Amino acid sequence: MILEIKELDLYYGDAQALDRVSLEVGQGELVAIVGANGAGKSSLIRTIAGIERPRGGSIRFKGGDITGKPSYVVCNLGIGQVAEGRQIFPTLTVQENLEMGALLPRAREKLSSEMERVYSLFPRLAERREQFAGTMSGGEQQMLAIGRCLMGQPELIMFDEPSLGLAPALVQELFQTIRKVNEAGLTVLLVEQNVAMSLKLANRGYVIENGRIVLSGSGEKLLHDDGVRQAYLGVGH
Amino acid sequence: MKFLLDGVPRSALVLLALFFAGLLFAPMVANDYVLVVLVTILYFAYAGQCWNIMMGFAGQLSLGHALYIGLGAYITAALYVKFGVSPWIGLFPALAISGAVGALIGFLAFRFGVSGVYFAILTIAFAEFARIGFDHFTWVGGAGGFFLPVANYTQNDFFNLRGSQRMFYYILLAMTVAVFILCHLLLRSRAGYYWLAIRESPEAAEALGINIFRYKMYAVVLSAALTALGGVFFAFFYNNLFPEQVFHISRSIEIILGPIIGGIGTLFGPIVGAFLLTGLAESLREVMLRLGVDLPGVKQVFYGFCLLVVVMFLPDGVWPPLKKKLGLDRDTERKEG
Repeated sequence: MILEIKELDLYYGDAQALDRVSLEVGQGELVAIVGANGAGKSSLIRTIAGIERPRGGSIRFKGGDITGKPSYVVCNLGIGQVAEGRQIFPTLTVQENLEMGALLPRAREKLSSEMERVYSLFPRLAERREQFAGTMSGGEQQMLAIGRCLMGQPELIMFDEPSLGLAPALVQELFQTIRKVNEAGLTVLLVEQNVAMSLKLANRGYVIENGRIVLSGSGEKLLHDDGVRQAYLGVGH
Repeated sequence: MKFLLDGVPRSALVLLALFFAGLLFAPMVANDYVLVVLVTILYFAYAGQCWNIMMGFAGQLSLGHALYIGLGAYITAALYVKFGVSPWIGLFPALAISGAVGALIGFLAFRFGVSGVYFAILTIAFAEFARIGFDHFTWVGGAGGFFLPVANYTQNDFFNLRGSQRMFYYILLAMTVAVFILCHLLLRSRAGYYWLAIRESPEAAEALGINIFRYKMYAVVLSAALTALGGVFFAFFYNNLFPEQVFHISRSIEIILGPIIGGIGTLFGPIVGAFLLTGLAESLREVMLRLGVDLPGVKQVFYGFCLLVVVMFLPDGVWPPLKKKLGLDRDTERKEG
């Protein structure tokens, strides 16, 4: 197991955002966490990334305890995060954005070879090397955000609602990209509201409701679960 | 020297050299009045540059930089008057204390997630604490003011910073050049890039693994300490300190007008802004004087007007478009102007 989370509790003041969340992600897996708005998906990602501090429970990455460690430590251990809402640097060029992704000690040395790898993965970014990131389309910005995250050479990459605000055609493309990233050997933890597509893509999935994991299993199994179909896919009775 | 000049276009170097030579020889031709105006300009250029480290580079809005000016001024002045400590020695505790106060404000804000306008309000609050505190701090004169002994100096006493305006002018010019070079180097350093990331998007910076707390703290402490050095100069040049003036919010605003009008986050913005604002304001005053019109507060109205024009027509400040006009290419100097 590359990531093991046990009994994680997170509070914002008195409001509980995560309630004894436990989950596991195996090396090379693509795991989806699905749920409605406000279910705690983003909170979970942010807690793993070290941006929020949990009140209880533990997070282990590659066997080492990272519970409550600050984000810059977690990042440097090899957990990359594509934050919600395409947090790119709009006034920097594509190339500079990618360079910013490689500022961790673990990534600095291989900057140029990684850059080539990212450009070959996203030829569109290579064409727009010198363009200001803020002037690109939403889909291209999302690619850039992913590319920049890859520049940090993570072993586990977490996506927080990557399809948010993208046109349906682009969402298709995005999910293909996530699959490609996973096939290249990276472990992926995907948080999504787009339940059908992410469960189709994922090896395994977890359903989160009100800060609790209510269901888990293979993507296929969850897709055919009556409860999931009724609650998230708008089909059933 | 080479590392300083790397990637700066030749045309920019020539202009910069001419500009610097002009400043260097200005006191030879300037009369006393013009010299005081130039000192004022350099003072605002210096202080604006210091403020720019915090706001322009790291994106943390301070509206209370008068606090650091005041601390630097009071600490060195008190050490000099009470204990005869040379300001060149007194500036060390002054810078250290100001930096520490900056660190305290930064810690309170960044540790507890205070940002944006709330951070700005916090900086105002601390400047106001200081203003009211020093009003009642009778050891350094309280509200009645604190004065440095002034005599008719026949010779410049560099060690004790007593002497002619010309001496002060050159000291301030050296400070302004030094802080300019420092900022130039900072922008190209790792810290400079981290600040840029934090300014543009704190969330993205955090996701990239930047220790945003630490780098915001660096910006605040550095800005505070350097601003305090401006305060040291302020005290020994003007020779009198009143809490109501030194720590007043209008002082903080004056400091930030230059960089805003010149161009926030650019290297030349604070300098261009200081020249424009002070130069034009003094010219205006001169014209009013010649015309025999006496309108108190006309300078403030003028500042307001300048701010309005810049915000409406040049939201990036005067320097970025001016730089384009001068043909100083953006590729080589883009992020620093």
